[in-house]
Amino acid sequence: MSTNAATLDRPSDQAPGARKPILELRNVSISYFVRAGELKVVPDISLTLYEGEALGLVGESGCGKSTVAFAIMKYLGGAGRLTGGQILFEGRDMTKMSDEELRKIRGGRMAMVYQDPMSSLNPVIPIGKQLMEVPIIHSGVGTAEAEKRAVQMLREVNLPDPESMMTRYPHQLSGGQQQRVVIAMALMAEPSLLVMDEPTTGLDVTVEAAVLDLVAQLRKKHNSAIVFISHNLGTVVRICDRIGVMYAGELVEEGPIGEVFRDPRHPYTRGLLNCIPTLNADKRSRPLSAIPGQVPPILNRPKGCIFAPRCPDAAGERCTAAAIPTTIYGESGHHRVKCVRVRELAKHARPETGVVADGEAAVTHEDLLTLVGLKKTYRQSIGMFGGEGYDVHAVDDIDLAARQSETLAIVGESGCGKSTLAKVLTGIELATGGQVLLAGKEIGRTAIENRDSATKRAVQMVFQNPDSTLNPSHSVGYVMERALAKLTGVGGRKAKDAVLNLLKTVNLPLEFANRMPRQLSGGQKQRVAIARALAGEPDLILADEPVSALDVSVQAAIINLLVDIQKKRGSTLLFISHDLSVVRYLADHVAVMYLGQVMEFGNVTDVFAPPYHPYTEALMSAVPIADPDVKQRRIILEGNIPSPQNRPAGCPFATRCPRKVGAICDDTPPPVQISDAGHRIACHIPIAELATATQVVF
Amino acid sequence: MSNDGVIALAWNRIRLLKESPVGMVGAFLVLFWIFVAIFAPLIAPYDPNANNMDALIDPTPSAVNWLGADNSGRDILSRIIWGSRTVLIVAPIAVICAYIIGCLLGLMAGYYRGWVDQVINRIADILLSFPAIVLYIIVIMKLGPSAINVIMAVIFVATPQITRIVRGMTLELRERDYVAAAKMRGETALYIMLVEILPNARGPLIVDACLRLGYTTIAIGVLGFLGLGLPPPDPDWGGMVKETYAMMTIYPHMSLFPAAAITSLVVGFSLLADGMREISLRD
Repeated sequence: MSTNAATLDRPSDQAPGARKPILELRNVSISYFVRAGELKVVPDISLTLYEGEALGLVGESGCGKSTVAFAIMKYLGGAGRLTGGQILFEGRDMTKMSDEELRKIRGGRMAMVYQDPMSSLNPVIPIGKQLMEVPIIHSGVGTAEAEKRAVQMLREVNLPDPESMMTRYPHQLSGGQQQRVVIAMALMAEPSLLVMDEPTTGLDVTVEAAVLDLVAQLRKKHNSAIVFISHNLGTVVRICDRIGVMYAGELVEEGPIGEVFRDPRHPYTRGLLNCIPTLNADKRSRPLSAIPGQVPPILNRPKGCIFAPRCPDAAGERCTAAAIPTTIYGESGHHRVKCVRVRELAKHARPETGVVADGEAAVTHEDLLTLVGLKKTYRQSIGMFGGEGYDVHAVDDIDLAARQSETLAIVGESGCGKSTLAKVLTGIELATGGQVLLAGKEIGRTAIENRDSATKRAVQMVFQNPDSTLNPSHSVGYVMERALAKLTGVGGRKAKDAVLNLLKTVNLPLEFANRMPRQLSGGQKQRVAIARALAGEPDLILADEPVSALDVSVQAAIINLLVDIQKKRGSTLLFISHDLSVVRYLADHVAVMYLGQVMEFGNVTDVFAPPYHPYTEALMSAVPIADPDVKQRRIILEGNIPSPQNRPAGCPFATRCPRKVGAICDDTPPPVQISDAGHRIACHIPIAELATATQVVF
Repeated sequence: MSNDGVIALAWNRIRLLKESPVGMVGAFLVLFWIFVAIFAPLIAPYDPNANNMDALIDPTPSAVNWLGADNSGRDILSRIIWGSRTVLIVAPIAVICAYIIGCLLGLMAGYYRGWVDQVINRIADILLSFPAIVLYIIVIMKLGPSAINVIMAVIFVATPQITRIVRGMTLELRERDYVAAAKMRGETALYIMLVEILPNARGPLIVDACLRLGYTTIAIGVLGFLGLGLPPPDPDWGGMVKETYAMMTIYPHMSLFPAAAITSLVVGFSLLADGMREISLRD
């Protein structure tokens, strides 16, 4: 086993003792004042954060997490206002402080890390100078001392060569490095409170894991309290001692991580946990259960529980008649739940883990799509006349097959070529080498405009971004009628019926035919996009990250829809994703890509069990898992993904591989080793040796 | 179905305009002149080309000629009222024509890129490298002064600018997933350009069109002033200033009133554009 691998130690489950509170929110209410009137986004929230403690705030988008974060900084912007309550920071009420006092606290005693590092760094000032500003302003030290501290801090956040880093500009760093710089900047003044708003959301999973580890490490060292906001329950489990679950501006459940995850008492928390796919369950072992409905508009708050309309355990009058009190539950006395049925609900049945039923695999389907040595090379020209230049191998020599009625998932981090691959399959880009065979017919060199109508009908795509997938000027019905007309030739009366059928297939109300995209939520847009792709009854559906922009509860519903459609129609799904948990759930076969090459390919159960390719192993160890009882081996990958134009001559993963054998990895492309079951691994380490690895998740 | 949506959006925009005071002032000014132009025969007290000998003796504003008379004894109020027709017919036609050509060229350049883009762009570069006024003069000198040729001149000047704007937006919009989806169901390039891309560029284009109507009003005034506008004796605001500016020191009203008419319409268009922009930023 590699020396870098170690069992993950989790934050303690101990409840806060008699420690000093750093931050107290007492009945804080926050409103936004907009044209439509006053929006009570956070009606009443109370929280206490103790010295050195990390509190995670989770919830779907629009539930008020970020608003609370900004309120803690007392920095709500133009339309937002604190309408009541007190915010005590180190014992002093921030609501009564002058701007001058607040300015001293912000960036000094209290610091914030935002989601997008580029918006926190000034692009025209070198990093060193930006870091030095903090101690110069907040501690009044001289330039020499500030520089010393800045270099020291860059070293602490594990940036290579801190001295030369000082002189660089933000755009010269990768996203993960930028976020490290932002974290360094936040820690420069030794704040007692750090507010982190989705600090790892834009990062690749291996980079995310490294940044999370860094945060956990620095937290111990500097003893800063942390408010960690995330939509991803897994990241919260990695960092925090306590968790607060927010819904529509209310804190519905709060308590120590262990207690809340082992015995969630609020139906919303349970719903969230049920809709997350995990690394050890697939579509055969358990269905994902989505939370029905969506977060309600908060212009008119109901008198009773705001979750009641979506709640599976709602008990009529009792839930809706009056305001719901917060109950303290359990022995520790720190688990607070805002639900009238807190003591009645049965213990939450955790989804089965570990066991994977292997029932349906008996039927072997024919290959529908075959890629043979597929290549896509972009020519990057230098200079005015494009005479010179270099080649970027976005997709390099890929052999894959997707079977009829099955799901082939392609996983990899950004820049691995998975989206380029999809573009080639759609015909929007042309292959520069190799073949794309759809039911035996070569389509890789035929641009979409020149494909015959049968091929166009056969291959359809669902895109990633719900906001760009539908034309904002066209109604839902028009989009579908047009797709039907072009792909099947159905028009008129028949088309109207077909549209209603499609809407039914994707579980949308029929009156949606008259809606415009701006009237739809992200999940609904994605459903329409799926319906549009289904119009011509395609044989192959390409789905490029179709759920990664959606909230978890919506994500579960869309994944279920895809599984369902595939079962009913027998279409082949090519599912592109960076999310291993989703892939684990949905896929029959998995290809792991890195820098344009397939590192590992096989049956989903084979890929997710030893022997692992070292890259797959690292990816799996990096996935944040929303369960404090699941153990995960931890493998930290150093460095960043090299850019495709200066890819290593040997194994593309050699520069970051924790199990690198030696010079052979740098010089010689790895051999593809194939097991009896058709499990392929491209690695210099013999497959028998790779097989001795233990499970990453156990 | 789609058209209902577009009309609803347009109506929504007009309703929202109520919430922008600046936009309301602009809309009022523009609507005022449109009203005047439509009902010119009913409102104008005199024939705009009739010479009143009495007014020649004392052309200053009076109970008879409210805004006075010009150096030929013609009633200035009537000439301004009739002159609004020239501006409000020529400017919109010119702008609409420039938009049709500019949108098509811009869409083609942005959508096809490659050599189509190169050719369209270089031609636009050449036209843009001339100062607008020089271009106007060249076109009208060549074609002779007439309403049609004023329209031609405006098209020559405005089209490359519109092409640039539309091209830029097309380059961005062509990368949207709904365009890829349209390609995948086999839509023609023309359909994608006109139905998928152009409607989504409308926000900035509406604002630009309002501003451009203002510029064109100025341009028509300038051409009239240079004697390159409509042939006399029909009233034309720029021409009215030109005929009388020599008497500026004695009878300033002769040129100031038509100048004020031009200004108010231009300001109206600009404020309307501001209001439109304000609305589009809000939602």
